[in-house]
Amino acid sequence: MKKSVFIGALTAAGLAAGFASAGTLEDVQAAGSLKCGVTTGLVGFAAPDANGEWEGFDVSVCRAVAAAVLGDGTAVEFVPTTGQTRFTALASGEIDLLARNTTWTFSRDVDLKFTFVGVNYYDGQGFMVRKDLGVSSATELDGATVCIQTGTTTELNLADYFKSNNMSYEPVPIETNAEAQQQYLAGACDVYTTDASGLAATRATFEDADAHVLLPEIISKEPLGPLVRHGDDQWADIARWTLNALITAEEIGVTSANLEEMAKGTNNPEINRLLGTEGDLGGMLGLDAEWAKRAIAVGGNYGEIYAANIGEGTPIALARGLNAQWTQGGLIYSPPFR
Amino acid sequence: MSVISDETGKPFNLSMLVYDTRYRSITIQTFAFILFMAVLAWLVMNTYFNLQALGKDFNFGFLGARAGYDINQRLIEYTNDSSHLRATFVGLLNTLLVAFLGCILATIIGVIAGVLRLSNNWLVAKLMTVYVEGFRNVPLLLWIAAIFAVFTEAMPQPRAFRGDNPAANMLLGDSVAITNRGTYIPAPTWGDGSMFVVIVFLLSMVGIWVFGRWAKKRQDATGEILPTFWIKLGIFFLPALLVFFILGRPIGLDYPELKGFNFSGGIHMRNSLLALWLALSLYTGAFIAENVRGGILAISKGQTEAANALGLRSGRTMSLVILPQALRVIIPPLISQYLNLTKNSSLAIAVGYMDLRATLGGITLNQTGRELEAMLLMMVIYLVLSLLISGAMNIYNSSVKLKER
Repeated sequence: MKKSVFIGALTAAGLAAGFASAGTLEDVQAAGSLKCGVTTGLVGFAAPDANGEWEGFDVSVCRAVAAAVLGDGTAVEFVPTTGQTRFTALASGEIDLLARNTTWTFSRDVDLKFTFVGVNYYDGQGFMVRKDLGVSSATELDGATVCIQTGTTTELNLADYFKSNNMSYEPVPIETNAEAQQQYLAGACDVYTTDASGLAATRATFEDADAHVLLPEIISKEPLGPLVRHGDDQWADIARWTLNALITAEEIGVTSANLEEMAKGTNNPEINRLLGTEGDLGGMLGLDAEWAKRAIAVGGNYGEIYAANIGEGTPIALARGLNAQWTQGGLIYSPPFR
Repeated sequence: MSVISDETGKPFNLSMLVYDTRYRSITIQTFAFILFMAVLAWLVMNTYFNLQALGKDFNFGFLGARAGYDINQRLIEYTNDSSHLRATFVGLLNTLLVAFLGCILATIIGVIAGVLRLSNNWLVAKLMTVYVEGFRNVPLLLWIAAIFAVFTEAMPQPRAFRGDNPAANMLLGDSVAITNRGTYIPAPTWGDGSMFVVIVFLLSMVGIWVFGRWAKKRQDATGEILPTFWIKLGIFFLPALLVFFILGRPIGLDYPELKGFNFSGGIHMRNSLLALWLALSLYTGAFIAENVRGGILAISKGQTEAANALGLRSGRTMSLVILPQALRVIIPPLISQYLNLTKNSSLAIAVGYMDLRATLGGITLNQTGRELEAMLLMMVIYLVLSLLISGAMNIYNSSVKLKER
């Protein structure tokens, strides 16, 4: 019996360890689709719409990369992952890219051996409570029951925050955002805590969204971004520069509306380099010249993607804030295309 | 090779390894062994190379690091400054707690349902059939989730208890509060001298045992049956209560009270524990009921008739004649039901119960990224746990099984 258990463990381990070799680009091109890890459903960031098509802010990153690599923004196989399964899925090769509002931390980058290719949303952890609790600050939450998504950085931040403020709390660990929402609405917890963007997105789906309020405290830095495995720098570069292409496009005024016109050639050399009419940036990546054009064509530039999925025109209504272009006082900043 | 020996046997040649029955089994076993070792070696090498390719090593050093997360149900001292190893222990104890409670309740439910299913009362028998089939044929995870959902959605929130005219009231003279976060019951507080009460109570337990043996001996000798139940009940309560009042009631009760967001004080039995406990017990109880029924049916009807002929009432027939014999049939499958219950408790994460799977195999695994180590460690722990349970049950089994002399 002992032996068989051991073998079972090794099988699992062997499968989990999977194919960590270089050549993700070739694998993706051979498969004809990009396997992209997303959340199990967080409206605005990644959720299937009424027709079962995935859409959202993180989904757009997947689609842009697929368009750059495969020429087709719909050639994406979305793999829903929980906070607990996401890293195993990426490390094992079950997915090629993880775009699942994942916080960039030292240990994930260094110890878990992942490469974060950039930040697509600067976030922080917040708290949501019912308005009629009469709580106006997170410092009044002593003794509260708190719903948290397990396997996330929020779990650790929460412990630190309550400890440093000499408060006690009762954690209710929960697997997915949907379960957390159900528990919170049933009153099984007083507070739901996760990234402020996630709270806003969750609140937007409530029938009585006005009866809930986000507390003013933001207790952590949560730079969220897409990530890939260590060990395949070419693939990491493709993901990184696809994201940068979307950001640069907004900065220099390339939109889905004027993309075709710009791609014929302009007198701005940076636009020309980005869209492949000048230089050979695509070739350096192992792609063709029009990779960035295709990536932008799927959902527009960074600003357009933001506005369409989580911006102030949507029910989620997140202001740009830190996520404005650096030229507008935000932190969104792409290295130059040169 | 072609040296001709005497007529005692044919010379050995290679084809005999396949066609000669004397050698064939050895050949097959050898090949199977080589194949098995090759698969094993491949798995080990594959794991090794893939770990190397990922740049990961294999060590358990992470267990000593600070855990950093909080656990709601702690049977031992634990804070977020404790180590991952400590968190693992907290989880293990929670697993043991729910497994222990579950095994007891499942046995009680199973024995009652199994006996009642054989009842002559049509309604009772059919009700038990519905229970057994209903629980056996629906996945356990669904029962856990369903029971948890009922607790969460149907019970009042703690703030419903607030105010002059609250929507919900505490039960049993303001001592028990049932909320959608769990049930709060009074907790004992141990004052000076409470030690004596406990000692007296333990002594009276010994007294009950001694009295039982004496009464049995007396019955064997004289045939007279004493009202043992009432006497035992008396021994159970009276001495301890007497000492309790003489010493001025050293053991008090700490009642739960609504403070801030939640009730505080008393013992908080979380809904995750209650839901998991109930679901595991009801589910496993259904299987045990079938074992019990099978065990009883395995006893020849002649035994019942003989007992009736001796003038035993049906209750005594069951407890003195049928069940002791049926236990021989019931115990072996009961062992595997206990093991199933213990292992099934790893579904706890579905309701956020912080068992071993949720601490070591969940948060610790996730925060440290040590999938292989955590999974192997968890398997070893469950393996040891299961072996201990089946070992203990086997000892009990050998005490009730048919003694052959």
